[in-house]
Amino acid sequence: MVDFAKHEQVVIIYPHPDDESFGTSGTILNFRDAGVPVKYLCGTLGEMGRNMGTPFFANRETLPEIRKQELIDACNVLDMDLVMLGYRDKTLEFESKYEVAEDLKQRIEAADATLVITFYPPYAVHPDHNAMGAAAFEAVRQMDQDKRPEVWATAISNDREANLGEPDIVLDTESVFDRKLAAIKSHKSQAEGMLRKMQESSNFTGEYESALQRLRYETFYKVDVDQVDS
Amino acid sequence: MKAIDMENVQTLLDQFANEPVYIHLETTNGAYAKHFDSNAHNVGAYIRNAEITYERGTIVESDGTYRVGLKTNGWIYAEGITDYEMNENDQLLMAGHDGEGRLMVALEISRTPFKM
Repeated sequence: MVDFAKHEQVVIIYPHPDDESFGTSGTILNFRDAGVPVKYLCGTLGEMGRNMGTPFFANRETLPEIRKQELIDACNVLDMDLVMLGYRDKTLEFESKYEVAEDLKQRIEAADATLVITFYPPYAVHPDHNAMGAAAFEAVRQMDQDKRPEVWATAISNDREANLGEPDIVLDTESVFDRKLAAIKSHKSQAEGMLRKMQESSNFTGEYESALQRLRYETFYKVDVDQVDS
Repeated sequence: MKAIDMENVQTLLDQFANEPVYIHLETTNGAYAKHFDSNAHNVGAYIRNAEITYERGTIVESDGTYRVGLKTNGWIYAEGITDYEMNENDQLLMAGHDGEGRLMVALEISRTPFKM
């Protein structure tokens, strides 16, 4: 359904290490398998993550370096370029949207992106998701019409379909799911809780099968940034 | 981090008293509390690298967890502390975790600014 090879450069814009792996890694892998370069602009290091592990593998002060390494590992699995933008977890909505957008715009233009994938504000639950998405929309809005990349946005709020309808793109990731799961598991600090919950659930049928059931489909809305408020 | 040793933590709190120190204080129920339970709402508070001086720091046990209070020209306290660590940068890290290892509250004290 999606002609991956028609794109020349994909730029992913999400705020946290693991956003790319849980929601979009199957799509990224399809682009990479089609020979399309993918660049990830990752907003923060997820410094405010809450999972410190049982037994502890991290504390508030060591978590950023741990998540940074997990991010690098995941990007290696996904074979995509990584740029860490250096914002601070849970503070993006307090930054100037226009300053963040200007920085993103320059990076999108420098990469010659033909597709930008980001979160769909305000349907992305976490305040950083919504703020990053809003800045990415604004960045594209600031670009000349003829240079603008296509924009796909991820919505995860419970009311997304009531407000936005069905997603425009539904991608079945089964053919690349072994690598998607490997990318997710690179984020040990974030995946541990989900994997444990899966194993404890009554319908657990093995790690791969249970994960596939939950994370098989990736969905996106195609966005015309001139037609949205955020 | 390891489980609170009250006597040791009290000694460490005493060592940071009466000199300028940097504080990290946070509490949160996570960014997804409301997403998973529509009756809940997300709450949190956060301060990092506030410079303060306290004249007395006290740790108090309460039903298996701990409260730590710092008497300044006002007050600073944290409740629900379960674990602590003196790290390699001589920063006293104290935090409360739930049964799944999720951080719920943290109070940290350092003579040098916390990394940004």
